[in-house]
Amino acid sequence: MKFTKLAAATVAATMCAGPVLADLVFPSLSYRTGPYAAGGIPFADGYADYMTLLNERDGGIGGVMTRILECETGYNTEKGVECYESTKGEDALVYQPLSTGITYQLIPKATADGIPVLSAGYGRTSAANGKVFRNIFNYPANYWNAASGVVNHLLEINNGDLTGKNLALVYHNSAYGKEPIRTLRELSKKHGFALTLLPVDPPGQEQKSQWLQIRREKPDYVTMWGWGVMNPTAIQEAANIRFPMANFIGVWWSGSENDVLPVGAAANGYKAVTFHSVGSDFPIFDDIRKYVVNTGKAAGAGDQIGTVLYNRGLYAAMLAAEAARTAQKISGRAEITPADMRDGMEALEITAQRMEELGMPNFGPAFSVSCENHGGPGLVAVTQWDAAAGEWVKISDFKPTDTGIIRPLILEDSEAYAAENNIAMGCG
Amino acid sequence: MFYREAGDFKTSYAADSQTFPIAFDRYCYRVVLVFAFCVMPFIINDYWLNAVMLPFLIYSVAAIGLNILTGYCGQVSLGTGGFMAVGGYACYKLMTAFPDISIMIVICASGLITAFAGLLFGLPSLRIKGFYLAVATLAAQFFLVWLFNKVPWFYNYSASGQITAPERTMFGLAVTGPESLPWAVYLVALTFAAALAVVARNLTRGNIGRQWMAIRDMDIAAEIIGVNPLKAKLSAFAISSFYVGVSGAMFFVLYLGAVEVGEVYGIRKSFIVLFMIIIGGLGSIFGSFAGAAFMVLMPVLLKNIMVGQFGWPTDLAAHFEFVIVGLLIVVFLIMEPHGLARLWRLAKEKLRLWPFPH
Repeated sequence: MKFTKLAAATVAATMCAGPVLADLVFPSLSYRTGPYAAGGIPFADGYADYMTLLNERDGGIGGVMTRILECETGYNTEKGVECYESTKGEDALVYQPLSTGITYQLIPKATADGIPVLSAGYGRTSAANGKVFRNIFNYPANYWNAASGVVNHLLEINNGDLTGKNLALVYHNSAYGKEPIRTLRELSKKHGFALTLLPVDPPGQEQKSQWLQIRREKPDYVTMWGWGVMNPTAIQEAANIRFPMANFIGVWWSGSENDVLPVGAAANGYKAVTFHSVGSDFPIFDDIRKYVVNTGKAAGAGDQIGTVLYNRGLYAAMLAAEAARTAQKISGRAEITPADMRDGMEALEITAQRMEELGMPNFGPAFSVSCENHGGPGLVAVTQWDAAAGEWVKISDFKPTDTGIIRPLILEDSEAYAAENNIAMGCG
Repeated sequence: MFYREAGDFKTSYAADSQTFPIAFDRYCYRVVLVFAFCVMPFIINDYWLNAVMLPFLIYSVAAIGLNILTGYCGQVSLGTGGFMAVGGYACYKLMTAFPDISIMIVICASGLITAFAGLLFGLPSLRIKGFYLAVATLAAQFFLVWLFNKVPWFYNYSASGQITAPERTMFGLAVTGPESLPWAVYLVALTFAAALAVVARNLTRGNIGRQWMAIRDMDIAAEIIGVNPLKAKLSAFAISSFYVGVSGAMFFVLYLGAVEVGEVYGIRKSFIVLFMIIIGGLGSIFGSFAGAAFMVLMPVLLKNIMVGQFGWPTDLAAHFEFVIVGLLIVVFLIMEPHGLARLWRLAKEKLRLWPFPH
């Protein structure tokens, strides 16, 4: 039991050390190691860089400095729990774990502890019903919006008729990958296309049989819910069987540089849906270069700026920071508590004008959050990879998705959760 | 000096064959138990529970289970993760089907269901040995994970395929779910770990344990002296799976609360538990605890030192963690192939002579 004592001494020392700092603490449960590191690094960098920018340029949020509390999860659920428990005591304002598995862990725990969770574009889709999931937010868009966005894009290129078409879903065989199935089934009923499900066991380096099936059955379109090494493997396999890339559409977690660059020119034309803009053509990047990169304060190696996932981290940090600002306004004090933060997130309003002020014009859609809708408007755009230029290009604007299908599904799933866990629904 | 047999007179056979023949050991054991049961509940908090004590206790139970099979009976198994999944999913199905049954009974019943599954997958062990058996149990691992992913009945047709533990109470106190009290959860896990360890200790030194060890050391010789290999091997599989199933159920209801089979009960679990018993010591109950402590506490400790004390970047610390834990495993296996339990035994022998070794 020597180790227990050592651990006790260390933990005790860690807890005693460090004076109480009046900061706005944003824990970052990042993963810079492990099989999903390629996706975790740019997101964590973007998240940290935005907070650094606020500190350097504006002196924090409302005069209070922000502090990133980084904890390495390696995309592992058990480590995620350890990270949550070790950081929540430090007045953590909001958790953004960037992992559907860890989000599922945190939903009951964070709710019991009164700390909000923002899972922008991942996590449990039905958390959009704020009457059940009081502390969980997944604005501005969720997986079911993504599924509907994919189908809407297909409708557009088929003049509004998908009857008799065949759509194959290649998905990460986990909670994350299974999320869109229910929506896609409903949509296939509504629009009359056939749906083929092709699970890929994580991590997903081995997909020969799935793509052999695609080659044999020749679906008209393929959509993908992948993450990590699964993405480039799938795009490579698609290239190998000469599947037309323009008919291959990934979710936003399957649409970064990491996924297409390994395939080279053959990946040209691959598409992905997104809920924020791509590229570094925004005024905020000048500020990041000036205040963060040039002063040597960039997170990580500093080589990810402007990549898709970096932008997503930046966007997620912006949403958290704006919610903190709203919370400061509502509560009237600068040093907010997690409960204030929750109220701020619920009252969050992102206008086009505000985005412009932040140096991120049209970076994401304008939206507002309410208790009934923690999921935002669910506007989805489509991006396409230009292999020659080596960049993602947004080929459509942020467009609405089929809320007529999605909303009842959200209500059904969240009410089932509420019944199972004896949660009193309401907005009180 | 104080650690010796002299003066400790044993007047009955029971006293002569007790687990701790040395008085000092007995006192230490009692102090540890009293501390664990009576002091820890008052000082435990969420962090200590979820980052340290729960994983340690639960992995210890799994390690004892695998140790019964591999360490005592000599049947190599790589299916631990799969059997833990059986325990976890059995627990979920029982909890949701019979909400009024006490969680203690549900966990035990999950263990029994896993024991039955273990019995089925243990049948090949009657024909095949060694590496070939390892491969057969590996197949069990993959089959079970695939099964729980594929058949929606096991996860009650939830959209994501995740299972979530609903709240259950004992004596009016929540022990599962988000509102559970740290000390209550800790006591449940500790009760299982302590009771199962005592049972395992007594099984392994009794008739059945001797049969297992005879099979392990030389199965043909064991058969000649009258050990029934069918009974011995299958009982080892069943009892080992019971332990592993209980740990899998506790892993789900007490520790994580929400589980995804491929992520939580994957092949990595099988390897981690196997490492635990190899590092801790094959064929030793203490070794199971020591191995679990090593594999669970070491990374947490290293992380707290490197990130918390030195302020290193988290990715650097995570990579160093791999290097250090890996290096320690290699060093242990070279310096002491019989594991931490053997080191402990050597230390006790030295202590017995101390301070006059000649």
